[in-house]
Amino acid sequence: MAETMSPPKSRLLDGPRGSKPKSRFSRRNIFLYGTLLLVSVYYLLPLYVMVVTSLKGMPEIRLGNIFAPPVDITFEPWVKAWAEACTGINCDGLSRGFGNSIKILVPSVALSIAIASVNGYALANWKFKGSEVFFTILIIGAFIPYQTMIYPIVIMLREIKLMGSLWGLVLVHTVFGMPILTLLFRNYFTSLPEELFKAARVDGAGFWGIYFRVMLPMSIPIFVVAMILQVTGIWNDFLFGVIYTKPETYPMTVQLNNIVNSVQGVKEYNVNMAATLLTGLVPLIIYFVSGKLFVRGIAAGAVKG
Amino acid sequence: MNMNANSVEVRDLDLHFGDVKVLQKLNIDIHEGEFLVLLGSSGCGKSTLLNCIAGLLDVTDGQIFIKGDNVTWAEPSDRGIGMVFQSYALYPQMTVEGNLSFGLKNARVPKAEIEKRVARAADVLQIEPLLKRKPGALSGGQRQRVAIGRALVRDVDVFLFDEPLSNLDAKLRTDLRVELKRLHQQLENTMIYVTHDQVEAMTLADRIAIMKGGKIMQLGTPDEIYNRPQNIYVAGFIGSPAMNMIEGQIQGAEFVADGLSLPLDGYEFIGAAPASQAAVIGIRPEHVLTGDAAASVAAKAEVEVQIVEKLGSDTLVHASLGTHNLRLRMDGLSAVKAGDRITVGFDTSRASLFDASSEARL
Repeated sequence: MAETMSPPKSRLLDGPRGSKPKSRFSRRNIFLYGTLLLVSVYYLLPLYVMVVTSLKGMPEIRLGNIFAPPVDITFEPWVKAWAEACTGINCDGLSRGFGNSIKILVPSVALSIAIASVNGYALANWKFKGSEVFFTILIIGAFIPYQTMIYPIVIMLREIKLMGSLWGLVLVHTVFGMPILTLLFRNYFTSLPEELFKAARVDGAGFWGIYFRVMLPMSIPIFVVAMILQVTGIWNDFLFGVIYTKPETYPMTVQLNNIVNSVQGVKEYNVNMAATLLTGLVPLIIYFVSGKLFVRGIAAGAVKG
Repeated sequence: MNMNANSVEVRDLDLHFGDVKVLQKLNIDIHEGEFLVLLGSSGCGKSTLLNCIAGLLDVTDGQIFIKGDNVTWAEPSDRGIGMVFQSYALYPQMTVEGNLSFGLKNARVPKAEIEKRVARAADVLQIEPLLKRKPGALSGGQRQRVAIGRALVRDVDVFLFDEPLSNLDAKLRTDLRVELKRLHQQLENTMIYVTHDQVEAMTLADRIAIMKGGKIMQLGTPDEIYNRPQNIYVAGFIGSPAMNMIEGQIQGAEFVADGLSLPLDGYEFIGAAPASQAAVIGIRPEHVLTGDAAASVAAKAEVEVQIVEKLGSDTLVHASLGTHNLRLRMDGLSAVKAGDRITVGFDTSRASLFDASSEARL
């Protein structure tokens, strides 16, 4: 009987065992990695062109081969972009704009996050009469086009004597960050267990006690998310910068535009590329350093952690 | 322990969320040192009442007194209460020690005193080895012990428990239940305990308040609640399997339903015995007698066994009596099987009679 009914070889004792072997060059893998490679190249090519161009001298650029790596590597364009390029009457390069941007960025980010987190905490845990209405109004604020508010803000800043100053721009950034940040924080605090808040109240902690000693230590991920949003948003801002400041207080983005778009003299492509890369450096570093935290924070905000 | 003094008094308490009346004109006195259980199905307002007593919810109307002080408008921390939550609600970033001392630090208790009280609570609850750990590194039972400890260190008069054992597995729940009982005997505090588990209620309580729709249906000792339920709701809510309810008529000294006639001579009426009235008789499954016990009573009937459930300790039998379903509890070794016809007897002195329209006990 054993001879007539022998089972297929794959079911025998010395048949398959352990993990199933996989082909590295299966059709699925080729398709998947091929697509990924293509998309990556598409996105990285401009960056490559910028980097190589910024390292070439002008004669080499005039040869017109933009994809060729630099024959003669020079850091001259970077130095010039940072310290010597002229915008209007100032010829101290992007360094001035960088300083201005830092002076705008730090207080704007700190202020907006500090205020929005307390807003979100109050709206999530200390419901007061009309708190829902207040929240709705705040959220509607996020959907009003910036253009409609530009001129009213000019008038307001002029009235409070902050037009053209860095602090005026800080104020604008803080206010404009409020709707989205408050929403972010409110949703995060709402997702924290309510009983924790009740326990803290029974333990005699007040509004600020609960905020600083119970809520804050549990909310690091969402603070990181808010920080990334604000740093990149404010650093990359051009519109408010160009409207509400003056040449001495222009942020880096505005100054970059003025360097790149200056019509006098020869177009120094290498300097322009270097200046652009310098301006993009801060958001780039933020993403590289906090990429992992960012993803974790977004997830933590979305679903109950 | 002075059982006459009231520790917590609730007077005409109303709580409305918009149009929804969660609590309505609720009155309850809780004695000093008493273990009171608020029992009810979900949505009956039991947790809401507890939150009102704790001061975590603002009441719509009425007053709350704790130890004679009107605390209706007082902050939770000023009411002399400690609270334990279902989800433990431990501060995740603090150690066990930090969790226990958080309330005391807020109250600016001197450091030496904090250390003394934390050490004492840790000793009572046997959590000394855990003091330096964070809640994330504790098991469910340990976390709930720490949560109880957090109420303990505050040296309060009244402990509030909001379904503290519901998140634990069955074995641990039984262990902690005994521990809670021991803790109560040791501390002699007033404890108010919310649960939907009637076993917890029966075993822990000095008195049980059964709630439904924001009202207290009956307040009494577990004994009274079980043996003398004041209305059909309480009678049906307490006991598992549920009490048998048979609709019929009181005629003279007998309860008559189709195929059944039960003499009521042993029954204690609240008022005078009505001569004739539509009524419902409630008989607990274990008070339906079988075998020799059934033969010795006057009220008998023959039933047909339909389903037999063996529980080990006893056997639950579902039988039909005319048009009625009858649940009875028999010995664990009973040999009855589906289809058998058996004779059952009724001990009417242990039954409950209710007015058919008002549903109140007669």
